[in-house]
Amino acid sequence: MKRTTTLLTGVALATGLAGAAIADSHDPFQVGFIYVGPTGDFGWTYEHDQGRLAVEEAYGDQVETVYLENVPEGADAERAITTMILGGADMIFTTSFGYMEATNAVAAQFPDVLFEHATGYLREHPNVSTYSARFYEGRAVLGHIAGHMTESNTIGYIASFPIPEVIRGINSAYLHARAVNPDVEMRVVWVYTWFDPAVEADAAQALIDAGVDVLMQHTDSTAPQAVAQEAGIISFGQASDMAQFAPAPRVASIIDNWAPYYIERVGQAIEGTWEQADTWDGIGPGMVEIGEMTETIPAEVRESAQAMIDAIAAGEYHPFTGPINRQDGTAWLAEGEVADDGTLAGMDFYVEGITGEIPN
Amino acid sequence: MIRLEKRPTPSRAWALSTPIIAVILTMIAGGAMFATLGQDPFETIRIIFWDPLFHERFASFSRPQLLVKAGPLILIAIGLSLGFRAGIWNIGAEGQYIVGAIAGAAFGLAFYPSESPLIFPGMVIAGLIGGTLWAMIPALLKVFANTNEILVSLLLVYVAEAMLASAATGWLRNPEGQGFPGSRNLARHAGTDNPELFAGTGMHWGVLAAFVAVIAAYVLFQRHVLGYQIKLAGQAPRAARFSGVNPGRLIILCLGVSGALAGAAGLFEVSGPAGQITIDFNSGYGFTAIIVAFLGRLNPIGILFAGLLMALTYIGGELAQLLLQVPAPAIQAFQGMLLFFLLALDVLSNYRVRIGRERAA
Repeated sequence: MKRTTTLLTGVALATGLAGAAIADSHDPFQVGFIYVGPTGDFGWTYEHDQGRLAVEEAYGDQVETVYLENVPEGADAERAITTMILGGADMIFTTSFGYMEATNAVAAQFPDVLFEHATGYLREHPNVSTYSARFYEGRAVLGHIAGHMTESNTIGYIASFPIPEVIRGINSAYLHARAVNPDVEMRVVWVYTWFDPAVEADAAQALIDAGVDVLMQHTDSTAPQAVAQEAGIISFGQASDMAQFAPAPRVASIIDNWAPYYIERVGQAIEGTWEQADTWDGIGPGMVEIGEMTETIPAEVRESAQAMIDAIAAGEYHPFTGPINRQDGTAWLAEGEVADDGTLAGMDFYVEGITGEIPN
Repeated sequence: MIRLEKRPTPSRAWALSTPIIAVILTMIAGGAMFATLGQDPFETIRIIFWDPLFHERFASFSRPQLLVKAGPLILIAIGLSLGFRAGIWNIGAEGQYIVGAIAGAAFGLAFYPSESPLIFPGMVIAGLIGGTLWAMIPALLKVFANTNEILVSLLLVYVAEAMLASAATGWLRNPEGQGFPGSRNLARHAGTDNPELFAGTGMHWGVLAAFVAVIAAYVLFQRHVLGYQIKLAGQAPRAARFSGVNPGRLIILCLGVSGALAGAAGLFEVSGPAGQITIDFNSGYGFTAIIVAFLGRLNPIGILFAGLLMALTYIGGELAQLLLQVPAPAIQAFQGMLLFFLLALDVLSNYRVRIGRERAA
């Protein structure tokens, strides 16, 4: 049974009466963005905000963008989204997984507003689309580089939460590190946060103390980069380029580039050709990018990494191509078999060779 | 030379007028900050304080939202005020809020998909018990091992956060959620939902409970011997002991009540506005409520207004962000100014400002 949403219905009715006035009060198409962090985090939210600025640049006076930053997930999100619509937004991007229920709840009340929810799966109403990036494609490239670069054969991985997206990244990185270095070992530390510089720095230090000489992170702050610099090991930028740590410790990075998608979808919305979609783009369409590989990486490794990027972009290579076994030794993908999106989307197991358990 | 002289009794006139002066000072200082950020200070302040209540486009939505936002703050702050008056410092309401929510949600989900009307009352009880038990850890440790309840209750917040993450990604995870974290949506399932009681008011069971708590606390402090004992223990611990107040009992009672109310607030939130257990379900209500309790001068009626004022700055601040694109940290700084002035001016109700040299005795 659906939740009693009399409150929002009341609002929808109230604003419906004033609706015509609102539509007239702003000629440009208004696009709103709900951010989970500050736009200056130089990670996740920063990249979404770059996408917003790209939309403004692409459409000039035709669009107007607004945003709310630091919006907590949960109850506050529903209020923030609704307020944004009352303020005149015609289309809203909710850029964190935790906004999923709120996005769908508000979408039910405002069928004329278009919603785009990042990294979720729930599309309960025709005006809700979801989009996410195949970060695992980028992780494969970083894993390839990491496998080549490690001398202690121990790669450290700072993981946020045990969710499919993070587990996929660990598996992808490990598989491609092992492919070039059969002795490689992956040490994973779960920090249960997306952004907490102090905790991330502690995790980085713990990994370094355990003998790690290549550091990967699936958390958004630059704190691990600073620790890696201190320790003289190498690291990879996450979410945004983190180029301030290049050429070392940061030797490459995985970048979320939302701009092409945002420009495309806003364009469709303005033209009236927008339709519900479930988008999962990777390196090919440019949603995932590998930041500049620095000279610290040997030239031949840069070449082979570039070859992998090109092959993934061209659709010739899938990072999860068999034979791959699960951690417990049972077969997952047979020789030449490629993982299906459904299994990837819900991935809750390590591949064979990774030690340790996924916390529960 | 300016000196402060302690008043024999706090000045009632100052106690009543300082909040108004503080708001005016905040408007001046905040307005200056907004002006340096390139905003029109008058417009910004009007949006924060006036528009959520009276703007033709936003008010019909934001007014009820004030209650939704203020409800848990008031409920938690009332509980905290009992202990704070008695000199018992529960800093861990955030943890009790989380555990109450987990306990209540777990109870409701255990019977899923039943829609029995008995489930929600059971969830409320589970939430009360969860919060109480979590608060009993610092209470019993203080009574029997003489530990510091400030440290224990605060550190237990981090333990509760770890439990929350484990519940959201593990044992309470929605089996139909494709491996993503987060429980089933309680608010969208009859039986486990905490709905709006009167259409368009924002009033849910939690808001109602907050009002009841305000009245109960008022009666307790005005009429009940326990309220007297709490006040006495805070003002004169030795005198309280001589007059037969059992300090251990008082610690367990105050921490228990504040834990229970924080737990209930968590349950009402998870089954209503928030809807589900998620990794980041707690959004700082337990800590903000400490501020609300002090803003309200630890007085039940004061807390009611303080909670509404805090909610207003949140919702008005959000409007200012949206309409003027004022950066979120500037809004937080503005809220900080309000608290600073309110608490700083408190000195005027307890002290008299004297200008000139102290006369030799």
